Amino acid sequence: MGRRFLDLLERHGYDFFTGVPCSLFESVTRILDDEPRYGYVSAVREDAALGLAAGAYLGGRQPVVLMQNSGLGVSVNAIVSLNQIYDIPALLVVSWRGQDGRDAPEHLVMGRVTEPFLRLLDMPYEVCDPASIDAQLGALTATMRTTRRPVALVVPKGILDR
Amino acid sequence: MTRADAVARVAASLGRDALAVACNGMIGRELYTRADAPTRFYMIGSMGLAASIGLGLALVQPSRTVVVFDGDGNVLMNLGAIASAAAAAAANFHHVVFDNAAHGSTGCQRTISDRVPLEDVARAAGYRRCARVASAGALDDAVASWFDAPGPSMLLVVVDRANVPGIGRVELPPAEIAVRFRAACTSS
Repeated sequence: MGRRFLDLLERHGYDFFTGVPCSLFESVTRILDDEPRYGYVSAVREDAALGLAAGAYLGGRQPVVLMQNSGLGVSVNAIVSLNQIYDIPALLVVSWRGQDGRDAPEHLVMGRVTEPFLRLLDMPYEVCDPASIDAQLGALTATMRTTRRPVALVVPKGILDR
Repeated sequence: MTRADAVARVAASLGRDALAVACNGMIGRELYTRADAPTRFYMIGSMGLAASIGLGLALVQPSRTVVVFDGDGNVLMNLGAIASAAAAAAANFHHVVFDNAAHGSTGCQRTISDRVPLEDVARAAGYRRCARVASAGALDDAVASWFDAPGPSMLLVVVDRANVPGIGRVELPPAEIAVRFRAACTSS
């Protein structure tokens, strides 16, 4: 699924890839790690990844930032005091650890608040559905381009793992 | 040397096509007040991220010189950005750190850069060139050719702790700064 997902991202115009890995999208980061043509920048923190993506956008690219939902917490200040005030867009691909309360303890609280948290941040998002992922990416990308704000694709377990 | 003077000296040494990303706080305000141009990006929030923004830009615009105007507080807040810049080994990435060992815009409270030499951190991480200058003469000598040689580089400029009077805020709306800067980055 990782290959198909990256092909879809490229078809929707994404051409800069950075982030911090999660086991829930391991099939994607394995390809990004192995194939230099993507120019994937393995970031040290999720907010730093948003900074890298902002620089790439200012340089003319359309960036994707991959992160675990725990990284949303790290990223709050970058989202609200960089992306959302400068109109700097990005697609955030956010894994949903702790969905339905079934996960390791450190993921349970963020798993429970992931959707309310995105709504609080006023960030348009879709919960990834493998059957309509192309349409979801199309809609999110259109919103992102029109508003020039970051948007998120939330990825549950079992879609991009392998 | 005052920080505003040091910022102006570095800005004056840049070629017309060079792109500058300034951190939040007094440094961006001083660059805006003394040497505004469309090739400058002033980060007014998101403290700690100027070097990451500069690195992302340097990676996608490899033919342009990218200079990050950073401060000790900003560098310390996201020290991992030094590791990222070193690992990426972008030859067009230059990090100028104006170090007053204090948080200028919140009342000059102490940072810890008086005990942690940031250019040594950058050198250990793998920057190609690092230097420390502490006088206007040494700064002018350094910047005469500093940006002509490959990075990643760090030029640490020791500046007075106090702020100089007469420095305003960045008056351009953030979205306008981004549009103007993106146009400057993607033209020519």
